[in-house]
Formats: sequence, structure tokens, C-alpha cells
Amino acid sequence: MKNFTITVDADGIALVSFDVPGRTMNTFTDSAVADLDLLVERIRADGAIKGAVLASGKANAFCAGADLGELGETAGGQAKGATLAAALPVTSRMSRALRALETVGKPVAAALEGLALGGGFEFALAAHRRVAARGVKVGLPEVTIGLLPGAGGTQRTTRLAGPRKALDFMLGGKPMDAETAQSIGLVDEVVEPGEAVEVAKAWIRNGGEGVQPWDVKGYRMEHGPYTPAGSGVFMLAAAQVQAKGMHNYPAQENIARCVYEGYGLPMDAALRVEARLFLATQQTPQARAMIRSLFVSKQANAKGAGRPEGVPPSKVTKAAVLGAGMMGAGIAFAQARAGIETVLIDTSQEAADKGRAYSEAIVEKAVSRGTMTREEADALIARILATTDYEAIAGADLVVEAVFEDRGLKADVTVRAEAVLASEAVFASNTSTLPITGLAQASKRPANFIGIHFFSPVDRMELVEIIVGKETSTETLAKAVDYCKQLKKVPIVVNDSRGFYTSRVFDSYLREGFEMLMEGIAPAIIDNVGRMTGMPRGPLELTDDVAIDLVDKVARQARVDMGLGEPSGGSDKMLIDLVAADRLGRKNAKGFYDYPKGEPKRLWSGLAEMFPVKVAKSDPELLEKLKRRFLYRQAVETARCLDEGVLTSARDADVGAILGWGFATWTGGPASLIDMVGVARFVEECDALAEELGDRFAPPALLRRMAEQGDSFYPAPKPLEAAA
Amino acid sequence: MREAYIFDAVRTPRGRGNAKGSLHEVTAISLSTQVLQALRDRNGLDTGKVDDVVMGCVAPLGEQGANIARVSVLNAGYAQTAAGLQVHRFCASGLEACNIAAAKIVSGEADVAIGGGVESMSRVAMGSDGGAWSADPDVASRTYFTPQGIGADVIATLNGYSRTDVDAYAVESQKRAAAAWSEGRFAKSIVPVQHAGITVLDRDEHMRPDTTLAGLGALKPAFERMGADGFDAVIRQRYPELLAVDHVHHGGNSSGIVDGAAGVLIASREAGEAMGLKPRARIRAMASIGSEPSIMLTGPVAVTQKALARAGMTKADIDLFELNEAFASVVLFYMQELGIDHSQINVNGGAIAMGHPLGATGAMILGTLLDEMERSDRETGLVTLCVGAGMGTATIIERI
Repeated sequence: MKNFTITVDADGIALVSFDVPGRTMNTFTDSAVADLDLLVERIRADGAIKGAVLASGKANAFCAGADLGELGETAGGQAKGATLAAALPVTSRMSRALRALETVGKPVAAALEGLALGGGFEFALAAHRRVAARGVKVGLPEVTIGLLPGAGGTQRTTRLAGPRKALDFMLGGKPMDAETAQSIGLVDEVVEPGEAVEVAKAWIRNGGEGVQPWDVKGYRMEHGPYTPAGSGVFMLAAAQVQAKGMHNYPAQENIARCVYEGYGLPMDAALRVEARLFLATQQTPQARAMIRSLFVSKQANAKGAGRPEGVPPSKVTKAAVLGAGMMGAGIAFAQARAGIETVLIDTSQEAADKGRAYSEAIVEKAVSRGTMTREEADALIARILATTDYEAIAGADLVVEAVFEDRGLKADVTVRAEAVLASEAVFASNTSTLPITGLAQASKRPANFIGIHFFSPVDRMELVEIIVGKETSTETLAKAVDYCKQLKKVPIVVNDSRGFYTSRVFDSYLREGFEMLMEGIAPAIIDNVGRMTGMPRGPLELTDDVAIDLVDKVARQARVDMGLGEPSGGSDKMLIDLVAADRLGRKNAKGFYDYPKGEPKRLWSGLAEMFPVKVAKSDPELLEKLKRRFLYRQAVETARCLDEGVLTSARDADVGAILGWGFATWTGGPASLIDMVGVARFVEECDALAEELGDRFAPPALLRRMAEQGDSFYPAPKPLEAAA
Repeated sequence: MREAYIFDAVRTPRGRGNAKGSLHEVTAISLSTQVLQALRDRNGLDTGKVDDVVMGCVAPLGEQGANIARVSVLNAGYAQTAAGLQVHRFCASGLEACNIAAAKIVSGEADVAIGGGVESMSRVAMGSDGGAWSADPDVASRTYFTPQGIGADVIATLNGYSRTDVDAYAVESQKRAAAAWSEGRFAKSIVPVQHAGITVLDRDEHMRPDTTLAGLGALKPAFERMGADGFDAVIRQRYPELLAVDHVHHGGNSSGIVDGAAGVLIASREAGEAMGLKPRARIRAMASIGSEPSIMLTGPVAVTQKALARAGMTKADIDLFELNEAFASVVLFYMQELGIDHSQINVNGGAIAMGHPLGATGAMILGTLLDEMERSDRETGLVTLCVGAGMGTATIIERI
């Protein structure tokens, strides 16, 4: 065994120390899974061992989950029939090992400190008792990467917590603290940090039994799907999976299936149900796409994958934020949280103070919830200097301007800041649409000028879009990436262009909705179908949220910059007309929808006069076509960004889309979507859409070349390995 | 081809389907037994001539389980040669039982048969038989399962029926039922229910003749919560033209939960006349159909068209319609789609006023239709019901 060391104490209790070599954090690597068989055999066969305590050999956590290894490589292979059957013994290896552990015939307790997630928590669930230290987080987050807990997790949580709570736990995928886990039966005992091992040992010494409740003769699962108490739970669970997942997430549906089909079965049969459904889920294209974008790619970006090589690492100790509006205040908070001395500047002291008050409100809430101490809160606020004085910027390593999207204003603050800044300091603009190269013209040191586009709300949105201007140096880019890492953000790196990447493609989603509206498709169909594609909101309601006049303003600026005249038709004209009719969106309660106080929003009655409805009813064919338009429109715009060099990697495209504007997660992002459809077929379908609807669907040269050469953005799945 | 004729139709009055209902202390088998005995005794039936007894039952478990039709035959003292078959076509089970009985006559499998149904909803709760459709997440997801009441609300929303529209329909149903009872229009078919030799119910007890629009207006929508819990989102994926579901149905404009049983004596003309009986109506056509299951309740329109086509008839050839009042919107939609005037349909009220004993209703309203055709001297009638999981069943009859 390479991953577990066993020390047997005087009472015959084996302390099993889980310690994956060469890693700072335990994960279930293929090697660790293989060791489980040996571990169980040792506990079984060694007469000196009376019972075992599972603990971590790492200081930081019990286990962070599975290292996907082979399962990640073979995901999404869409294998069928005999191939699936042949692979099942391999893919269900951990499930069988854990079943052997819980039937080893001796008491096994898990002593949890730190994190116990995914496969790590499934390991603990196979123990006969779970002792968790205060502060422990347990979770089964598999669903967030398109998988299900496949090592008994779906069955053991259902038996311990009941179907409703087990489903909430697994479908939500969010880690839970030890106390909450105890309250729903997933943890037996909560102790002070550092005491878990001793308490677990004591449980064994005091006669803890090595039999799971479900292996006791006469065990029955109550409140099943066909009992008065249980029927509602199962009926609602099915509805909620559909309501939330919109039929796009096989993992969610199969978690519900595992709970239902495994219900009342003996554990061995229940685990067979789970093992088959795990493999079926793992073979879906969604699993491959989500593992890639939300796990592998996101981690790579978080570690600074886009950082140029050869530049020494940098650290920001002092940074200034110009403009204390919503974005500036949010950036200031993110900096202060990361320990950066922050100067928050606005034109009046009142405005600057208001910006700092944003951070104060957040930390007060955290203190009242007990997630932050008073000292931590005070120290964080003390790091933010709210002022009107540009002199306070002196000594800053980096400045972010977050003033209004107005070239003149931005030029002005650039000049004022640079007057005090050291020559090597970075000046960053948080613009979301204005080309960086143009803004850099106001700078004396355009090599140090870069775009760092944060998303709102800054404290919750992980993505940052770094925009490299024509003259931005690699040193500046490296510093910007390092800064994002310091803030624990996930940066993507794009080259300069109008709207960069995220705003440009996001806009294409809204615009496709506008096109549909102008074609006479009923607004309800447009917004509902938008959501059915997996987008978080429909395009019209989303435009209302963003503000119609804002979208119009960006379009106006683009026309000015490109030397275009007033539009006589199309979606630009639509925006102008709506703004003229005082339809500004949610902000004045008058947009595509009306927002009566205290009532649900309803469609603006005037909309039908502006855009008479010609398609009032949907049918499956129309739905499929509209879905394709929404997703393909964004994917083709993304492909153009790749073609034009605005984006330099499919990884940035996918991570940016999902984290930036909530692009349909099940697809893994727009580049993954193109792969999922198949580049050649995607090109063919886009050609057909372009023929019918216009050039906005025309695939760029890059895609045609890829189609001809049979290329894809990502490697194809490896075939499943058959059991020897 | 042989033809099937109706010789008699009887039903129990409907008791409120809860612990306060008059039939709550009466077993389901007792209801079906009394119906079979009444058919025998009214007609001097030689039960040795009865080939089969087909009965609908929608919660066939517990005391309604194990083929309640056959056990009723034995319990009623019929000849043991009379077979028994329990059928389940959700709300149309009672009519389907009659159609199966008639089909047996037409095919030559049987000469004399009884169709009918029974449901004691106060004793065996609706839905207690479970079913994969709603509980199995894989099935529910593939078929967009949505509870019936939400389907009824969606019909109203898609067609613009307001709360007042559906409530007004309900008020009229109550009015018509009350008038029908006061004029004795149901007298011919009613078999008072006895318990230990004492009559415990001789009149439909679910009715609320004093129902007003204002009174109904005070009731809370019944399916709003369920919709908010996720089902509105499910059905919007089937009908994305819905911005929201307008939840207009409640206990007062939906069919009542009641207990009851019914039976219809069906035979070939020759077999009936050989027993000295006079045929009351001929069965012209029968049909069942499947329809979109999430909205669930639009089957009657399609099955009416199907039955009319089978009979070589058009809507204009039908004098009277009887459509089970599962929910007010179901009837409003049916009238709208087929262009039927309210004066031609459910003229003596329906399940909103008198209740819907699931397994029995189809047979009950077939009898109600026949009685009314005789009373008002009409020639043709069509009876239909919407059916769970998206179906419709219909029968066209014609007086001799």
C-alpha cells in the first residue's frame, strides 16, 4: 500500500492514515483506489486488529475527492452495450471496495478533519461511524461536474438522511458543515478540532459495532415512493430536477434515479443500480464537457494558465481603485479581502465613503453569521482608504479605473493617476466594452496599460477578463494575471477588440432574442426557450435586468467608433425605439416587461403593438430550432473571436463563457458545444441558418478549416477499458 | 355485424368522499353489490345468462383490490358462471367498462354483459395505488409529468378563461344539478344505498345549490403551491408560450370527491328480447384516444372527433352531449373547440356539483345521458371523459 499506513495501538485499534504520496491534498487517485482492496484485506485478515479508524495523514484535510484519472479521460465516450458491460467492473471498483470495507466484520470509524468531499466523503460514509471536527466541511459535489457520487454515495446518504435531504445534498452539490451534516444524519458526532481520532477510537473501544444499519436483519426503508409520507417527496423531486435542469443535465436526473431505483433494495443490489447509472452518466457528453470546463480548465485558469512564461512572479501590496461606484466598491473589497492595501478614490468624499460602506456591509454580515471575526473584519476595512486625493495613490503597484464608460473621463483619470504613479506600476481599465488600445492613447506608458474586466457583483463572480492592448507588455500581462490570482479570481486572457470576448458574445445572445421578437415570435416563447437552452435567464428579461438604454448606449458608441449612421432597421433601431418609448428595463419598471410592485412581472402590453406576434404557439420542431439559434449564435461568435485572435484558446472561451455570463453549463461552453455537435456538422447547420437568417450565423474560416481537416478543439474521449 | 344495446342503467347516489360522507361507513364492495342486485331485480335478470361483468375502479387496492368486479358478482349472488373483470382507464374506467362489455357483444364473445364501476374515495384514497408516472423520476422527466389540476389551469391560461369564467361555469353546474334533482330527473336510475337493511343515502349529497360567484371567488387556487414547487416550470417546457400559469381552479370548480357505483346492462337485441327486456338505446360508436399527457385533459375533443368519424356522423348529428366535469376549463375548452352550445351539454349538471367517483363516473353519466334523451325526447347522445395520462374515451348512443 502506497497511500495508507497502518499503526495498531495497544487496544488493537488500527489507525489508518490516508496519505497520498507527493500531493499536498489527499485525492482518490487510481493508485489509492487500488490500495483500498489491500486495506480492507489487511483489516480483515490481521487478527491483531479489532477495529480501524480512518484518518488523514495530511494536516489540511481528510480528502478533497476523486482524482478523476482514467474516469476523466474516458468520460463522454457514449459507449453502449457490451463495451459498457465490460467496463463496469473497472468503473465500479471503488464502490465494491467500499462495500467490502463496510462488511469487513470489524468496526470502522472515520475521523474527519478539514474537508471530506466527493470520493473522500463516500469513503467516510462506508465507515460505521463518522466523527467530524468542528469546522469540517463534507460534500458530494459530483453533480457540479456532470457526475454522480458513484461509490455508494447515493445509496448511503439516502439511507442515512432520507430521500428528501439526500437529494437536496447531492443535487445542490454544496459542501455542508459538520453540525448540519450531523443534524441530517450524515455525521454521528461533532468534536473539537484535533480530537476526532481519539473520539473515534473511543467509540470502538466502547463496543461500537461493525455493522451498517442496512445490513442488520429486518432493516426497512420507510417512506418510500409508494407510501403516503413518501410519494410527495419523490413526485416533487422529479419536478424540481426538471424545473432546475431543464432536461439538460443527465447527472441530476440520474441522481434522482439512483435514489428512486435503489430505494428499499438490499445494499448490494442498490450499489449495482448506482454503478450502472454512474457509468451511463460518465459516458454522456455533458459529463466530459463539464469535467473539462468546470474542473480541469477552470483550475488551470485559476492557477494562471494564460500567464506569459519567463516573467518573474509579482505581488501587489498596494493598489488603487478609481471610481467608488458599484464596480469600484466591489473591486476594493476583493483587494482588501486579499490583504492588499487599497486606496478607493472618487470625486467626492461622500461617494468614496459610500464605496467603502459596501465592504463594511459585507463584513458586518459575515461577523453576524460567525464566518468572520471582529478583528478580521476591522483589519479588512482598515485596509481601505476612501479619499478624493490622487496623491494617496503614490506607491501603488497597480491602479484599476472603474469610472463611467466615457472615453474623456477615463482619459482624465488615467492622466491624473499616472502623474503620481511609479514608472513600473500597472494601470488597468475595468471597461467592459471600450477597446483598450484606444484608451491607452491617454497613457504615457501604454506598455503598462491593460484591461482588467471584473464582473458584477465582484465579490461573487469568479471571472476576470484580462484584455491585452496592442502595446501592452508581457510583463504587464503577467502582473495582471498575478493580481487576479492574488484576488482568488479566475482570469482569462483576450486580445483587444470591441466588446472583447465576453461582452461581445453575451450581446449576441440578447440580439438573437431581439431578432426573434422582430420576427413575431411570442416573447414568452423567446424567454422560456432561452432558459431551456440552459442560459440562466431569457434574453428579453435579461436585457431588462441589464437596462435597455445601456445596451442602446453601447450600440451607439460602436456606431460612432465605426463611423456608421443611424440605423433604419434591425435590433439597433429596436433599442432606439424602446428607449424613445421610455422602456428602459427593470430600473424604471418599464422594459419588455412591466414590473408592478409586489406582483410578478408581466409582459408590457405595448410590446405586441410594436412587434405583432405571428408565432403564438410552440411546437417541438420550433423549440429545437430556437434553442439551436440561441446556442449556435453564441458559439459562432466565439469561433470568430478565436478566428480573429481575440481569444487564443478554447479553454479561455469555455471558462469565460460559463463563469462570465452563465453560458449553458451542460455544454461545457461554446467551444465545447461545437465539439459536442461535431465541427463539420456545426458548420453545416450554421450554413443552413446563415442561408435562412443571415450572415450572423456564417461560420468563420477557422471552423471550415477544422471541419475539412477533421479537427476538434479538444481531444476525443479515450475508449473505456474493459476489465481484465 | 352484431350490435350492442343498452337495456338498463342504474347508479347509487353519490356520497361525500370524506369521513363525514354518508357512504363512508359503507364498503366499496357493498356499493357495487347493490348496483348488481338492482340490475338483476329490476329486470328479473337470469344471471346465468350474464357472460361477463366489467367494472371500472381507479384505486384497485385494499378493499377495492383483487378484481372487485368478480368478487361483486359472487357477493351479489349472481350465477357463478358470470365472469368478472376490473378495468382501469383512470377517470373513464366506468365508460370503458361499458365499451368493453359492448365490444364483447359486438364481437360475439358475449350475449349479455354488464359494464359499470365503483369507487369509494372516502375509504380508498385517490392516488393510493401509486404509479411510476409521477414517482419514478426517469419516467416523469421523459414524459413531463404534471398533476392534472395544473393541466386544467394551463388549459384556462392558454385559452384565456378567467377565474370568473370557470367559476361561472361551476355555478351553472350547481344550478342545473339542483333543478334536475328537484324535478326528479335522476329518479329512474337511482338505487338508494342500504346498510344493514336501512337506507343511508338516496340523493347526491355533494351538491351546493346555493353556490354563488362571490362565494367561489373567496376560494384559494388549489394548485398554485404545487405549481410554484416546480410543476409550473415543468409544463412551461411543454408550453413555452406560457409566461406563467394562471391558477384558476379550486375545489368549487373542480369535480367533487365522492363515493358511488353504477352499472349498465348491455346485450345483443336478441338476447335481451329473449329475456323479455326492451332495448332503450343502441350503441353507435365507441372510441378511445391518447392526447398530450402533460396538459392531460384535452382528450375529449380528439376522441369525440374520432367517435363521430367511426359512426359516420358529424357534431350536428348529436342532440345531447355529456362531458365529465373534471374541471371547469375542460368543458369550456370542449365547447369552444367543437362549437357546442352550453344548452346542449351537461344539461343536468355534472361532477362539479354531484361529484366524480373515479371508477364509476363513466357508467353513471352514460345512464344520465340516456335518461335525459328519453325525458326530452332526443335521438342521439355522446358521452365522453378526459382521462389521466392524456387520453379520452367516448361513446355515442342512439335511441331505438
